[in-house]
Amino acid sequence: MAVEALGSQTKAKVPPWNDPVIRGWVFQIVVVALVGLLAWFLVSNTIENLQRQKIASGFHYLEREAGFEIGDTMIQYSPASTYARAIFVGLLNTLKVAVLGIFMATVLGTMIGVGRLSPNWLLAKICEAYVEMFRNVPLLLWLFLIYKLISEAFPGPRQAINVLNSFFLSNRGLYFPVPLADPAYEWMGIAFLVGIVATVFVARWAKKRQDATGLPFPTIKAGLGLIVGLPILVWLACGAPHHMSWPELKGFNFDGGMVIQPEFTALLVGLVLYTSAFVAEIVRSGILALHKGQSEAAMAIGLSRGQVMRLVLLPQALRIIVPPMTSQYLNITKNSSLAIAIGYPDLVASVNVTINQTGQAIENILIIMAAYLSVSLSISAFMNWYNKRIALRER
Amino acid sequence: MADVLPGERPQLAPPVDDTGPLGWVRKNLFSSWGNGITTVVLIVAIGWILSGFLHWAVFTATFDAKSGAECRGHGACWALIREKYRYIFFGSFPYEQHWRPLFAVVAMLAMLILSSDRRMWNKRLIAIWGVGSFVAFLLMFGQIHISLGLILFVALAAGGLGMILRGAIATPGELNGWRALAAVGALGLIGRITGVIPTWSLAIAPLSYVETGLWGGIPVTLILATYGLVFAFPFGILLALGRRSNLPLIKGLCVGFIELIRGVPLISLLIMASVMLPLFLPSGMTIDKFLRAQVAVILFAGAYIAEIIRGGLQSLPKGQFEAADAMGLNYVQKTTLIILPQALRVVIPPLINTFIGFFKDTSLVLIIGIFDFLNTANQALVDPNWAGFPGEVYLFAAFIYFCFCYSMSRYSKHLEIELNKGTRR
Repeated sequence: MAVEALGSQTKAKVPPWNDPVIRGWVFQIVVVALVGLLAWFLVSNTIENLQRQKIASGFHYLEREAGFEIGDTMIQYSPASTYARAIFVGLLNTLKVAVLGIFMATVLGTMIGVGRLSPNWLLAKICEAYVEMFRNVPLLLWLFLIYKLISEAFPGPRQAINVLNSFFLSNRGLYFPVPLADPAYEWMGIAFLVGIVATVFVARWAKKRQDATGLPFPTIKAGLGLIVGLPILVWLACGAPHHMSWPELKGFNFDGGMVIQPEFTALLVGLVLYTSAFVAEIVRSGILALHKGQSEAAMAIGLSRGQVMRLVLLPQALRIIVPPMTSQYLNITKNSSLAIAIGYPDLVASVNVTINQTGQAIENILIIMAAYLSVSLSISAFMNWYNKRIALRER
Repeated sequence: MADVLPGERPQLAPPVDDTGPLGWVRKNLFSSWGNGITTVVLIVAIGWILSGFLHWAVFTATFDAKSGAECRGHGACWALIREKYRYIFFGSFPYEQHWRPLFAVVAMLAMLILSSDRRMWNKRLIAIWGVGSFVAFLLMFGQIHISLGLILFVALAAGGLGMILRGAIATPGELNGWRALAAVGALGLIGRITGVIPTWSLAIAPLSYVETGLWGGIPVTLILATYGLVFAFPFGILLALGRRSNLPLIKGLCVGFIELIRGVPLISLLIMASVMLPLFLPSGMTIDKFLRAQVAVILFAGAYIAEIIRGGLQSLPKGQFEAADAMGLNYVQKTTLIILPQALRVVIPPLINTFIGFFKDTSLVLIIGIFDFLNTANQALVDPNWAGFPGEVYLFAAFIYFCFCYSMSRYSKHLEIELNKGTRR
């Protein structure tokens, strides 16, 4: 700033080659020109190579028939579906792993992190050993180990571990009964969402009332009642449908019911164990960063241990915890792409098959990058919003 | 106070319950009912798990066997590791030449360990890394051909860097040396391009040539991680400076690059390097697969390192920048003499943590078919004679990774305390 100000004041005296503003622009133009030259070189080579290999560019291939199977699909999919649908199925699988992974890693990591601060020496040491064990070995190795253990240690479908004749655990995954499709379940889903929205409003009202009158309201219990109770009421109102699809052994594998595949289990368990070690460290350092006086003062005014944690320590620790936690959540999302190594059909895996079948490398990689960038940016936008909400309001 | 009698009193020993091993156990394991129950449950659980593990890994394990069939029905099959450890460590490198990757690994570890000593942080370290890297790569390749063009280019680059970075503080003699080096490089390159100087290359070929496709195991993991960081470091510094720059175009380019790379998984960069890079190059020109992976790792690492260095730059008080400006230093002088020495000191511990991350992340190259340590471990399982013992091999590989990463993380913690000694209260 100082140099620039000097430069503009004495502009008349300095020759143009010593004027920092002009120098800055010349430097920028040179750098941008060099980058542009490199880009032009790469693009022109690419166009030439594509023409020579007779690969048509463009996204038209997305409407063609994919022709490959996908083991785990959340929406209707068959080999006759289009490439676009195959990639979308992969994206949904990535999101499924990411959302479940984020939730489970946060819960487990917080438990381990608080455990490391336990007054019980043994518990603290075990949690520390857990953190060091999972942090210092590559995630990919954990995924391989867990996947191989599941597929080798569990029996085949015929000798599946049978629990109550309805849960079957084998190296093909965990089969369990699910209710047959019924319109009641859609209504229950809507009731569930309504319950969540209602809880948000109740929580707001309760906070306002407590701020005004000091009267506490059992928000958690009321919220649980709304979120769990409303769907149950709807289910009863719809005549309580209870027809189930049961898994049955047919030939070499099970049929019917629902299955959690070993690839999915290995990926999720690996991601959660690995990331929770990092989450634990973040939580621990967040709590340790608080001044001891905070908990002492809270206890001195007569709050219970739970209240001290919930009302005084946690809101302050969250301010320290949220930014590094955001990058761990992004890591889970990005690391879920390791699915390709153990054969779980996530986004990268579907796109990779598409590249091999169509040869459209550039378009496909653009799709991967666009998808991950938009997921990453949405997660950071949400976490930044949350961070701003809990940030200290300084006056 | 009035009740205290005057005169000396004998000092009593503290209660037995509060000191010594018994006091420690009381305080740390059985301080309350809940605590005691937790302790007992944990001891039972640990005992159960540990006895099961030892039963499998030691008491019923097979340490010597001709094939996997002899291990079946027993515990762990460590004979498999005994049979395959050379492959797991060095991959498909010619078997009778395994001493070469071994010494290359020793050289790289020696360089890393020397660099961990703060007394070595000076110009000597650059010389050590130059010589050590040359030796390591000579051992791996066996033969190195350096073309005259490359030598001239390095001379030009070194001379130019010397002129820029040392311009303000070098003696006239040193500066003239840098100028001469740059001039020789530039003139030589012009001569080479116009064809005045004939093509020539320096051949150092004491051993048989081994192509990168045959490299595998520990050396590959170490090279990818170490040289990934070595080359990404200056790149990351430039990106970080660019991101903090006042020049809008430079800032935009750097922010765009950093956020793009950080937003996508490493796998997508590796897939890009393996399928897209060949399309980018003029026809007929190919880049070695190993080099492509290394380039992907460098680009990836550069973006992350840039963010760490930016943290260091932001931690400097504004007065440092203003004081440098007030002294009349130009941008290069201000950055190299005042800002970077302070900023980089702050970021050394987080940089080591990043290195641990890269060391683990290099395992992803197995997806594009490079035989790093995890991939050779994986391949050792393929042998039908030894099929069915994945646990042993993965535990072995995990143990090796753990040794590397844990020692580095301890070192980073130690260094953090060391470097903060001056500023701690």
